[in-house]
Amino acid sequence: MEEATPEHMQVLICGGTGCKASNSAAIAENMKACIKELGVEDKVEVITTGCFGFCEKGPIVKILPDNTFYTQVKPEDASEIIREHVIGGKKIQRLLYVDPETNASVSDSKHMNFYRKQVRIALRNCGLIDPENINEYIARDGYSALADCITNKTPEEVIDIVKRSGLRGRGGAGFPTGSKWEFASKSRSDIKYVVCNADEGDPGAFMDRSIMEGDPNSIVEAMAICGYAIGAKYGLIYVRAEYPLAIHRLKTAITQARELGLLGENIMGSGFSFDITIRYGAGAFVCGEETALIHSMEGKRGEPTLKPPFPAVEGYRKYPTNVNNVETWANIPVIFQKGPEWFASIGTEKSKGTKVFALAGKINNVGLIEVPMGTTLREVIYEIGGGIKGGKKFKAVQTGGPSGGCLTEKHLDIPIDYESLTAAGSMMGSGGMIVMDEDNCMVQVARFYLGFIVEESCGKCAPCRIGNKRMLEILDRIVAGKGTLEDLDKLENLANVIKDTALCGLGQTSPNPVLSTLSNFRDEYLEHVVDKKCRAKQCMSMLNYTINPKNCVGCHLCAKNCPVGAITGELKQPHTIDQQKCIKCGTCINNCRLHAISLK
Amino acid sequence: MEKNSISCAAVAKIKEICQAHNNDAGELINILHETQNTFGYLPKDVQALVARTLGIPATRVNGVVSFYAFFTEKPKGKHPISVCLGTACYVRGSEKVLDEVKKVLGIEVGETTPDGVFSLDCLRCVGACGLAPVMTIDGKVYGNVDPKNVRKILESEEFKG
Repeated sequence: MEEATPEHMQVLICGGTGCKASNSAAIAENMKACIKELGVEDKVEVITTGCFGFCEKGPIVKILPDNTFYTQVKPEDASEIIREHVIGGKKIQRLLYVDPETNASVSDSKHMNFYRKQVRIALRNCGLIDPENINEYIARDGYSALADCITNKTPEEVIDIVKRSGLRGRGGAGFPTGSKWEFASKSRSDIKYVVCNADEGDPGAFMDRSIMEGDPNSIVEAMAICGYAIGAKYGLIYVRAEYPLAIHRLKTAITQARELGLLGENIMGSGFSFDITIRYGAGAFVCGEETALIHSMEGKRGEPTLKPPFPAVEGYRKYPTNVNNVETWANIPVIFQKGPEWFASIGTEKSKGTKVFALAGKINNVGLIEVPMGTTLREVIYEIGGGIKGGKKFKAVQTGGPSGGCLTEKHLDIPIDYESLTAAGSMMGSGGMIVMDEDNCMVQVARFYLGFIVEESCGKCAPCRIGNKRMLEILDRIVAGKGTLEDLDKLENLANVIKDTALCGLGQTSPNPVLSTLSNFRDEYLEHVVDKKCRAKQCMSMLNYTINPKNCVGCHLCAKNCPVGAITGELKQPHTIDQQKCIKCGTCINNCRLHAISLK
Repeated sequence: MEKNSISCAAVAKIKEICQAHNNDAGELINILHETQNTFGYLPKDVQALVARTLGIPATRVNGVVSFYAFFTEKPKGKHPISVCLGTACYVRGSEKVLDEVKKVLGIEVGETTPDGVFSLDCLRCVGACGLAPVMTIDGKVYGNVDPKNVRKILESEEFKG
């Protein structure tokens, strides 16, 4: 890729799933048409890239070299951007990002709070290169690490570098990557496999998808390096079938790499051969667990099995197999380019490098971010995330997905690393980070995650299959206003038993959302159980519609529309609602023009 | 299950898909993906034929089909709807969107309307969390859905007939 200059500008348009859903493809088309019409093809180039991360304000268009960052661009803005900015040299004020604190528009993306604290290693190429053109990846030093490994280094040296970098698995558990490779390299077998776990199943997490969509070649290169290190000729990417765009870009990357001889037989004349094929998931959360993933790739039900034997000894089709997660792979090439010491200098003592998070929920800047390990939750939520949406009060942040926990205000200053999050009762997980405000009921949040687990439990072991179902029933009872104090003890007891006895990682961590909310939001549970109150006003069983006689003018509109005749009153006199008859459908509140009806 | 309810052309197509994967039972999931893409769903007799072709028990095929959420044994509506119940959408109220869709169409999750126009499912995260809550119809993402607008979306011209 050529460097952008004022004489040859580049227009980068986000082609990630979020921006594509807001019609970013039409922006690119319109721009190309406009450029052709004006005959300025040599002056400007339009590139569709992967995700910029700032999904909240998508679709995003960025202009290089001046770093102009346009947000919420519409297809009809395309010609104005080309004519006014690219040709006329005048930035379009109304499309610039406006800092919500200062209300000033920011013309250079480097000055945006969202990007200032971020360090992009795994996402280094996302939003910068055309992911469907391998030459752009190569121009950014792509495949140089692979070339260096297979021509200048022994497999032992390669593993040693990964070990020295301190890189740990980004899929959730945080196992040291170099040690994992070493185990697989020591297994004796003519056939070995390298697997990329791209079965991103956490609801509300899209880190891996963005990397696959934005920089697929980094995964291909890293897997080949691992193949060389552990002595494997075959690579497999296990990707969710729900990610059609990621699949398309991975396929494109693999095909282009084969054409250039970067995959296949005798890569770069080194004698090392390696190739990759794609396997599809079919919608089962448990397949993120590595033994379940391997069974799924073998065409079976994705049920986990006991370890040992570890996949490094006996994995796919009984051959030694090394499984790493997408984000882990994306870190590998940079470690070789810049050296393990550089990588180890970022982060905390035990957690090196950066972590990508999908920041979502009740936050101003929803998007994909990458921060050095050790950054605090407060920095992420308030500086990068821009604080809570609509000026509401922060209540909780959930990390680690269905296996993680909910942290509160008092946890906001802990540094983000594997150990600290676990000590606080949550976990790193794969990188979902969901922010909740005062309008979220924590009992319902716990019920939501448990409902997910009950649906996704594979059913193999009793603690997970039956135990979680019983816990869900208890939570249903509490939400319905029928919970007792005894239920809280039962919940805690069951949760601990499941934690200790379930077969796989999914089951063992499944009670975490309940345990963490029970310990951090116990008063909210007590209110539900003892006072039958829901402070977030989410549990309908504990709420009643009432009419404020001061505001009611007796127009009779609510009574006329009530489907069950629960509202009575004389015309021009304040009305009342019979709570015994009311079915809480909300029709009255929607019909009242004087805001006399409220939900309490 | 009725016998011979699949046409000769369908039988040939299924055998062709299996053959393309060397009739390897280890490729079962990829084979089922392609078969579902062709027929829209995986009725029992199709599963039985796949099993016979690969030389494995039909129970194993059905075990896989029923295990994974992506596979369906029932035909979908002409316009499949999926409401996202991922966490980001959930905390921004997607459950209320789902309730409204159910109310407007009069069907539950996993069902198809009697006229065959819509079918309703849930999914976990399409990755458009910035637009939460979202739902998809025919794969097209509808963002920032307000329950109040659900009826308008479903009654729009593009889904008529």
